[in-house]
Amino acid sequence: MADRPRTLVEKIWDAHFVASDPGAPAILAIDLHLVHEVTSPQAFTGLRERGLKVRRPGQTVATADHSIPTTDPSVPMVDQLAIKQLAQIEENCREFGIPFHGKGSATRGIVHVIGPELGLTQPGMTIVCGDSHTATHGAFGALAFGIGTSEIEMVLATQTLLQRRPKTFKVEVTGRLQPGVGAKDIILALIARIGVGGGTGHVFEFTGDAIRALSMEERMTVCNMSIEGGARAGLIAPDETTFAYLKGRAFAPQGAAWDEAVARWRTLPTDDGATYDRTIVIDGDTLEPMVTYGTNPGMGIGVGGRIPSPAEVEPGVRQDLERALTYMGLEPGASIAGQKLDVVFIGSCTNGRIEDLRAAASILRGHQVADGLRVLVVPGSQQVKKQAESEGLDQVFRSAGAEWRESGCSMCIAMNGDQLEPGQYGISTSNRNFEGRQGKGGRSFLASPLTAAASAITGVVTDPRTIAASNAAVEAN
Amino acid sequence: MPEPFVKTTSRVIPIPRANIDTDQLCPARFLKITDKAGLADALFFDWRFTPDGKRREPVSFIDEPHNAGRQILLVGDNFGSGSSREHAPWALRAWGIRAIVSTSFADIFKGNALKNALLPIVVSAERHATLQALVAANPDGEWTVDLDALKVALPDGTSFGFEIDPFARTMILAGTDEIGYVLAKLPAIDAWEATHAARIETRAGTATAR
Repeated sequence: MADRPRTLVEKIWDAHFVASDPGAPAILAIDLHLVHEVTSPQAFTGLRERGLKVRRPGQTVATADHSIPTTDPSVPMVDQLAIKQLAQIEENCREFGIPFHGKGSATRGIVHVIGPELGLTQPGMTIVCGDSHTATHGAFGALAFGIGTSEIEMVLATQTLLQRRPKTFKVEVTGRLQPGVGAKDIILALIARIGVGGGTGHVFEFTGDAIRALSMEERMTVCNMSIEGGARAGLIAPDETTFAYLKGRAFAPQGAAWDEAVARWRTLPTDDGATYDRTIVIDGDTLEPMVTYGTNPGMGIGVGGRIPSPAEVEPGVRQDLERALTYMGLEPGASIAGQKLDVVFIGSCTNGRIEDLRAAASILRGHQVADGLRVLVVPGSQQVKKQAESEGLDQVFRSAGAEWRESGCSMCIAMNGDQLEPGQYGISTSNRNFEGRQGKGGRSFLASPLTAAASAITGVVTDPRTIAASNAAVEAN
Repeated sequence: MPEPFVKTTSRVIPIPRANIDTDQLCPARFLKITDKAGLADALFFDWRFTPDGKRREPVSFIDEPHNAGRQILLVGDNFGSGSSREHAPWALRAWGIRAIVSTSFADIFKGNALKNALLPIVVSAERHATLQALVAANPDGEWTVDLDALKVALPDGTSFGFEIDPFARTMILAGTDEIGYVLAKLPAIDAWEATHAARIETRAGTATAR
């Protein structure tokens, strides 16, 4: 068996297989368990009811991101449920001995932002979290996926999960992205192509020249939205880019252990001759900036495109498209560019890292946001916030008229008071445009940080290449 | 601890819509609870209530009196897509749903459903069309979902078989949960850990345990 060519996913699976009974799922060892305040309380209650401890608190780490406010931390919170939930995660971590990067900590942030930035996320690991965007960590060549609360309790109690071996789905992105096109556009284009259920039962492995050329933060954006394509996980084989990102981070191996780890990580990439259950090829050369028009992330088109008409789609999806366009209040056949906006949200575990903020700032520098538009810029972690401030990005956003806030999930999930009002249109760098996702009755366009920032200037959905060109012209003068 | 579940007989609520996501099943603002109480009201909340919290007029089909007590949903493709929130199956169970028939389910939702003895029953597109026609013709007909026999009996006297993960089926039939099963395997986990050093120590270095 060792001689058979294996994929990255198969290698990680085999290295974490503990045992299995005939007909039963495998017991899979978990290297790292990330915990946040929203999906964990009932799991800790379960542990207490069973009289169990956390088996490996040193392989567990917690933060507060979903229900925490992104307003001035010196202003007292008013949401009693959120106050209770935040108190509970702190108490649970204290009682069970779990390190907690909580309110007031310089290392607090969105769980999928702090794992990588602290160097906790490493190649070849199995990583789980009670959050579907755990797929983000797959960017390092880790098998990382979201779990429910019952499974959180299982991992807390046993440091293992019962799992069936997933099928593999190779996503090859060839060529070179054009200026103004980025990681977010790759993943939105993939989901538009295969649909939101296209990867169900599978784990993506992203390969190809366009993927290799991405930075670690861009790779995280791609892997992050694997779940929006139906795949529980999405991985990218580790390479020099991965090692360079990790070296020197707080929890990365050091000294001799670093060399040993890198040698081990180099054996992870898929072997020549290994086969996948499915394969798709995306032409990176021809990708455009993508924007969604509907109520799931698969309803996306190039920013130069027209909103599809129910009359021109297959009968099986016509009703869903009609319903989506009714909810969104959009005309079939209209251009997506030029659609009017009330709010712009830049942030989230998809696009809340420093490179995302730099990209947004590169567009906004020297501009003002459109009259009447609300623009929120929410860093993915306190460390991202600090870095952005040291580069003066906060000043770029503030002087353009945008709000510069504390870190957290914010308007991506709209649990903390940051939300769209009923009927409002928002362009968002987050991951989900479901009905009501960003606030009851709110209507979301998903796009990249470049596209969101360009749209902030005009107040309508805008191709970032038009603003980038005018910025370049100003600089040339 | 869950109760054993073998079979149920109920009328059906058809929802002819694909990609029903977890934000419809249980909007995120209901995730601030720290227990599992009160989720029956959260189910499909935004379909049932206006943004200012009033019950819609006319009421959503969920709240129509004849749908009260129904335990089976017949829904479109890719049911449960979106987040990992187990609040979605908790809300469905709290409302009274025991089985969902669709052409496909999102992976995380499916796993969460099985852990709550909520049956995700996958049928072919052809079968799904037949079932939709059957419910349209006989909206108050009773179906019997039998997990032991892996069979759904229909009011027209026909029936069809279905598959469910055999391990999950055993657990649900017995009313056992998986943690007890794995705790019985701790010697195997101890042995594995003895030869596989932990890759990380989250309490080390600059971790700011507060």
